[in-house]
Amino acid sequence: MTDRLLDVRNLKKHFPVRSGLLQRVTAHVKAVDGVSFHLDKGETLGLVGESGCGKSTTGRAVLRLLPVTSGEVLFRDKNLLVLGGEDLRRARRNFQMVFQDPFASLDPRMTVSAIVGEPLAAHGLASSRAERDDRVVQILEEVGLDPSVLNRYAFEFSGGQRQRIGIARALVLNPSLVVADEPVSALDVSIQAQVINLLAELREKLSLTYLFIAHDLSVVKHISDRVAVMYLGRIVETARTEALFSSPLHPYTQALLSAAPVPEPGKKSERIILKGDVPSPLNPPQGCPFHPRCFRVMDRCSREVPGLVERKEGHFAACHLYD
Amino acid sequence: MEPETNTSLLEIRDLRVSFPSASGHIFPVDGVSLSIAKGETLGLVGESGSGKSMTSLAVMGLVPRPHGKICGGSIAFKGRNLAELTNEEMMNIRGKDISMIFQEPMTSLNPVYTVGDQIVEGILAHGAMSRREARDRAVEMLAKVGIPGPEKRVDSYPHLLSGGMRQRVMIAMALSLDPELLIADEPTTALDVTIQAQILDLMDGLKKERTMSVLLITHNLGIVAESAQRVAVMYAGRILELASTEALFRDPLHPYTRGLLESIPRMEGRVKHLRAIPGMVPSLETLPSGCKFRNRCVYAEDPCGAAEPPLHEAQPGHFVRCRRWHELRAPLEGGGAE
Repeated sequence: MTDRLLDVRNLKKHFPVRSGLLQRVTAHVKAVDGVSFHLDKGETLGLVGESGCGKSTTGRAVLRLLPVTSGEVLFRDKNLLVLGGEDLRRARRNFQMVFQDPFASLDPRMTVSAIVGEPLAAHGLASSRAERDDRVVQILEEVGLDPSVLNRYAFEFSGGQRQRIGIARALVLNPSLVVADEPVSALDVSIQAQVINLLAELREKLSLTYLFIAHDLSVVKHISDRVAVMYLGRIVETARTEALFSSPLHPYTQALLSAAPVPEPGKKSERIILKGDVPSPLNPPQGCPFHPRCFRVMDRCSREVPGLVERKEGHFAACHLYD
Repeated sequence: MEPETNTSLLEIRDLRVSFPSASGHIFPVDGVSLSIAKGETLGLVGESGSGKSMTSLAVMGLVPRPHGKICGGSIAFKGRNLAELTNEEMMNIRGKDISMIFQEPMTSLNPVYTVGDQIVEGILAHGAMSRREARDRAVEMLAKVGIPGPEKRVDSYPHLLSGGMRQRVMIAMALSLDPELLIADEPTTALDVTIQAQILDLMDGLKKERTMSVLLITHNLGIVAESAQRVAVMYAGRILELASTEALFRDPLHPYTRGLLESIPRMEGRVKHLRAIPGMVPSLETLPSGCKFRNRCVYAEDPCGAAEPPLHEAQPGHFVRCRRWHELRAPLEGGGAE
């Protein structure tokens, strides 16, 4: 029954660190260190974690926006990581990205028509200027922008409208997979809801599949069917959204959920305050990467890396507590 | 009337800040009145451009010069009008009686001085201690804000510290002279949630310990709900609603406040569609006549454009700037529509 769109297997992205006179590679930052997940057609997977956990790198690596160290990214059973040249270029129209910062990700000197029409031109999908503009107008209407904005420049728009332009650019090629990297975190509260609603509507209407990367748990909860929590380059827990939020298994997920301030006075739940900072991925702790900050740490945690094991149906956690 | 009975530490009245613009002047702060009692935390909430940060800069005497200036109103701090003080007089207050922590712990520390030097500099500027005493105080403050190995860390440069640690240093610096009022402008916005929890916890503890008053500026309603006793909601340079935290979250009276509360996704329960506020945050150059929120308000009607409604005390201590608040009152639906 399920229609598997994306299958990511043991993805790794290590950045070399060079130092010394000869600029020799002396170490590696393991930004993504063995990440596996899948996405069925029409599904939204939320990827959450704090800065430096590797969630954005994962999103970019999946789309081949950066070279991958190892692993497999199967998009409709085809391994994207072995594609090259024309094959890769052609495949790209099926997966697009929406970026975080609508101020930095749009060229201020390009008109809306040029920004949104560029992917069509790059993929040779419009034979004439008129045909291209038709398609651009059509997608602008989908994202709630008036066609009269066609010849205006990106800098003339507010943050929320720019994000709509960014979404239009991603969708103009009719992709099946969209990676949205913090698409609302740069927006004001009242505008965030507009863009979240838009993304949800477009998902229904155009039967899109989302990899939704964000640090805001309530946003992720709202839009995702399943959620994966990352810490130091690994997925530490993944489950259906309701299960993950109602009964988180991994101590890190528990701390993360308890740390989010709730907009209801007097409702302050028992907060788990973690000690210390996220360790550097250049020198991650031995054993479980979370053990130095964990409030339920045991002896073996500093020795053995826990595997991401299914603890309940569809609920995976990488933690020795449940062995 | 005895002055002793008046417990308010800071009393802002009709504050107005102006900047020149292409079409005359804009007023990022336009008639703001609020007070903070001793030991109280007042949350100042608003979106970008609402004037919340400019209000705090005015209190600190830091409105960007030469263009910006306070063009009306008063800022009474323990009975003195800060808006009338000279720069020198203000320097005596800043850092000692009132201090401030900023959003960006990365850019608000000087990278070429050790954190100890930067804390000591502030203490010495007020001539309260010798250099040795000041250094001891710096170490003591670093320990107080939970920095491990403060004797060593005092000689560290900021780049060696993580974001959370830098914000702790900023807090140590701000509290080193025991201010009566702390202005915290988005103190945790640049930090991760687990680190944010640490910092909020720390600020809460330190505040209780020294009966300090806090002006907490944030866009995050969750932080306000947890840390503030009263909340002011700002929009286009004005306060639209001001109430106790309890009352504001339980019974928001202004359509904008209700809109904000309904537009945030909740951790509990699930709705298909968020109730978004239509339109966008207005530019100060193109504000509508009358009520400044009316072009985004679903309840707006013709008379709303005629005159700006006053900040009306709807219930004791609960103020709202909306002419229709009474008829619009209805129970709030938790977290948007279904």
